[in-house]
Amino acid sequence: MRSNPLSIVKVEELKAYYVSESYGINSVVKAVDDVSFEIYEDEILGIAGESGCGKTTLLKTLLGTIKPPLSIFGGRIFYRIEDEYRDILSFREGELRDIRWKIVSYIPQGSMSVLNPVRKIKDTFLDFMEAHRPDISKSEFDSLVKNYLGALGLPTEVLDSYPHQLSGGMRQRVTIALSTIFKPKIVLADEPTTALDVVVQRGILQLLRKIQREEKNTLVVVSHDMGVHARISDRVGIMYAGKIIEIGNTEEIYTNPLHPYTRYLISSLPKIGDKAYRTGVPGSPPSLSNLPAGCRFQDRCPEIKDICREEEPSLVEVNDNHKVACFLVSKGEENYES
Amino acid sequence: MNHNNKLLFIKNLTKIFSAGSFLFKSNIVAVNNVSLELNAQRAEIFTLAGESGSGKTTLARIILGLVRPTSGTILYKGRDITQIKSAKDWKWFTREVQPISQNPFDTFSPLNKVETYLYDTAINYNIVTNKSEVYNILDEKLKAVGLSWDEVRGKYPNEFSGGQLQRLSIARAIITNPSLIVADEPVSMIDASLRMSIVNLFKNLKEQFNVSVIYITHDLATAYYISDRIAIMLRGSIVESGPVEKVLNAPLHPYTKLLKQSIPEPTIDVQWEEEIQLSVTEIKEFTASGCKFAARCPYVMETCKTKEPEETFVDERAVRCYLYK
Amino acid sequence: MSAFKELLKTDRRFLIGFFIIVTVIILAFMSFFSPYKPDERHVLPKDQSPSLQHPLGTSSLGQDIFWLLTFAIKNSLIIGLLAVFFSRIGAIAIGLLSGYIGGNTDKVLTTLADSFIVLPRLPILILLSFAFRSNLNFLTMAFLLAFLDWAWPSKRYRSQILSLKEMEFTTTAIFSGRRTLGVILKEHIPFLIPYIMADFISGFLWAIGMEITLSVLGLSNLDTPTIGTMIYWANYYQAMLKGTWWWIGPPVIALIITVIGFYLLSVSIGNFLDPRTRIQRIGGWRTE
Repeated sequence: MRSNPLSIVKVEELKAYYVSESYGINSVVKAVDDVSFEIYEDEILGIAGESGCGKTTLLKTLLGTIKPPLSIFGGRIFYRIEDEYRDILSFREGELRDIRWKIVSYIPQGSMSVLNPVRKIKDTFLDFMEAHRPDISKSEFDSLVKNYLGALGLPTEVLDSYPHQLSGGMRQRVTIALSTIFKPKIVLADEPTTALDVVVQRGILQLLRKIQREEKNTLVVVSHDMGVHARISDRVGIMYAGKIIEIGNTEEIYTNPLHPYTRYLISSLPKIGDKAYRTGVPGSPPSLSNLPAGCRFQDRCPEIKDICREEEPSLVEVNDNHKVACFLVSKGEENYES
Repeated sequence: MNHNNKLLFIKNLTKIFSAGSFLFKSNIVAVNNVSLELNAQRAEIFTLAGESGSGKTTLARIILGLVRPTSGTILYKGRDITQIKSAKDWKWFTREVQPISQNPFDTFSPLNKVETYLYDTAINYNIVTNKSEVYNILDEKLKAVGLSWDEVRGKYPNEFSGGQLQRLSIARAIITNPSLIVADEPVSMIDASLRMSIVNLFKNLKEQFNVSVIYITHDLATAYYISDRIAIMLRGSIVESGPVEKVLNAPLHPYTKLLKQSIPEPTIDVQWEEEIQLSVTEIKEFTASGCKFAARCPYVMETCKTKEPEETFVDERAVRCYLYK
Repeated sequence: MSAFKELLKTDRRFLIGFFIIVTVIILAFMSFFSPYKPDERHVLPKDQSPSLQHPLGTSSLGQDIFWLLTFAIKNSLIIGLLAVFFSRIGAIAIGLLSGYIGGNTDKVLTTLADSFIVLPRLPILILLSFAFRSNLNFLTMAFLLAFLDWAWPSKRYRSQILSLKEMEFTTTAIFSGRRTLGVILKEHIPFLIPYIMADFISGFLWAIGMEITLSVLGLSNLDTPTIGTMIYWANYYQAMLKGTWWWIGPPVIALIITVIGFYLLSVSIGNFLDPRTRIQRIGGWRTE
């Protein structure tokens, strides 16, 4: 780990809420609520959390795709573009289009939404190229795509196939190739392996890692599976009920998890060779439209203190590579800083 | 032969699906010559593990009597379930064998209150003799899965989380006091953080209610945690089966080894080293004439490509691989 | 009834559609109070423009156009309703049999429906109505229309049922001890109802349109006033050329607003009964 990593994205006090009115019921869902963190150059940042914790919404705002009912209630997202930090939330649609795919790109959860079912993979690549890089000629494009697929270890015969002829894992790999062909600086992946088999999942994760190691770009992987993060991420941020409650180096998070929720996430996964009794996280997360006062984890926390019901803990630094939002650490009796 | 001491007896079971019109017909062997047995005396959790397209779901649907096998024998408590014709026998069978489905959000119709399914199950199978008792029974079963009648009353499926719905699904299934539960990927759509609480319920079913469970999954870690025996399926065939500790701690078949290595465990001690080969198209593996793993196997031999290996018994388990001939 | 109130309150399309259809139905009912009989001709002075006494004027055949229109609307609605009733009874029955029984029954019925789908409907309709012209009354007309309009709907019902059968809650219902009929009624029909309603309205509009086509071509029973035969007679006496717009105008306008009214109703009811919006109303908003 470098001593002084350069950040490529800075998120400051971001608030992204869903506001809706449905048959007379108004509701505000605080999907991302006052979140600040940085994403560094040349790293894989994992975002973990249960479904409904706001991690997909966070990804959407990072990509700048904010459509009603989602809207921004405050905060800024700075991207370092040509050595200058610029707030993409202030961008017009045209500026966003310019950075999409070239500076920031996105790997969706289901590959079928990207690949046109009635067109060959080759044609999908061609369409994509024409839409975003009209300056590239067709022959250049041919060799570019073939070289890139070859570099990723994909057989070139996939180019002449239709999406439905490929296996699920191969489709997902083609989608990844499509999303990364312009060598974007930041790649956002939303649950890239959730619906896949373990062996295929492993292939996809290895591919993502390979791309990142070669391009030295930044990859943000959203997944609810702590096993995935252990394999792929350099740093992991844990989201809970719209907040980042712990963020740090993967090694720190797995060897010294500080937030009770993080500990649950890690210990709840069984391992082969170990039949010891395990439980899941008890209870269920609070409703994002009706949050309690104080810590959001209070009702599920085994180590709750009085202060947890009154005040909300803020994210504090434990050491250079580790931040956590929990009173057990910030106001606790134990000294975690060693 | 007397199979009355077997809860479930499956011998040489095969299911072939035909696809396409009569001119361009292609056959997919979804379940290929599968044999397995469950003991009636002692409840156990039996895992059918495999990836998508391994035929595990088809096998589950055959066991549930929803799909007719093309050939082979399947007996439940000594009775051929493909021969169940009368409504009375079907009622007996569905009372004995209950399903848990993969997608909790699809288990109950979104337009019906969840309680209607619980209520119907209790009434239709004559679990209660008079209607005032029904809520006591439902409350008791809901308590067994960590819910209560008051939490469920009057609510529609979309008012519950995935984990809660899966608990409800289990509560409904145990109303009939079944002897066998067939659970198809019951936790694959549940958050990793909540999985164990559902998985533990199956353990409870076995230990407290003496219910046998066929646990279908692609997740070997939870399989190891709850099951007694495991069968690894690949493209319709069981390639390795035996006690779960044996099969998963020291796998013999190269495919089982690959599966085991590919599990992302939440520790940073292990890292994947070698790159792995993935199949480009699935159809090739289905139609391969020899071992279905031959195209991806690091130890592949010439015979593997032409003839499917027979079952051999090594170290308390059955394995289909020429390495152990 | 609360659903009806909610629709009136929340959906403007429903409000307008409902208002139009009520007007149309009132007009149809007014035919019972007509001072003239529907087949009476030459009882009034010809070609009178609208006046207080004859609000829509009179025709070249000496009929009061307002009262004639009430009969025409009533008769067109009846033909449309009968036709859609027969065709959808057939379509639903065949779709259900095909979808639930499957196997060879399904193969036979699907082949039958497929062969009906490839028939060119309008030429056959013209041919048949020409052949039966002297016997065409409401019932035979409705049967004729129904005969040509069951095949597509039955295929659509079949495919809906096939997809519902695959849903996991069907399995849950079976293992809750429900018989097939119970599964159909309690699990599947709630999903089919909005579909059936929308399909009924579209079939109804098709039948009315076809009746008008036949009448305008002079191929129906021209002595019975319907929207179509009114247009036929107005054309026959060259209402457009003569400038008797009050004769040709009302049936055309009646046709247009009936179509619009039913269309609006079908869209808003379909939207209201759509399982997805129903789920939203039951539980409110959900994210992710």
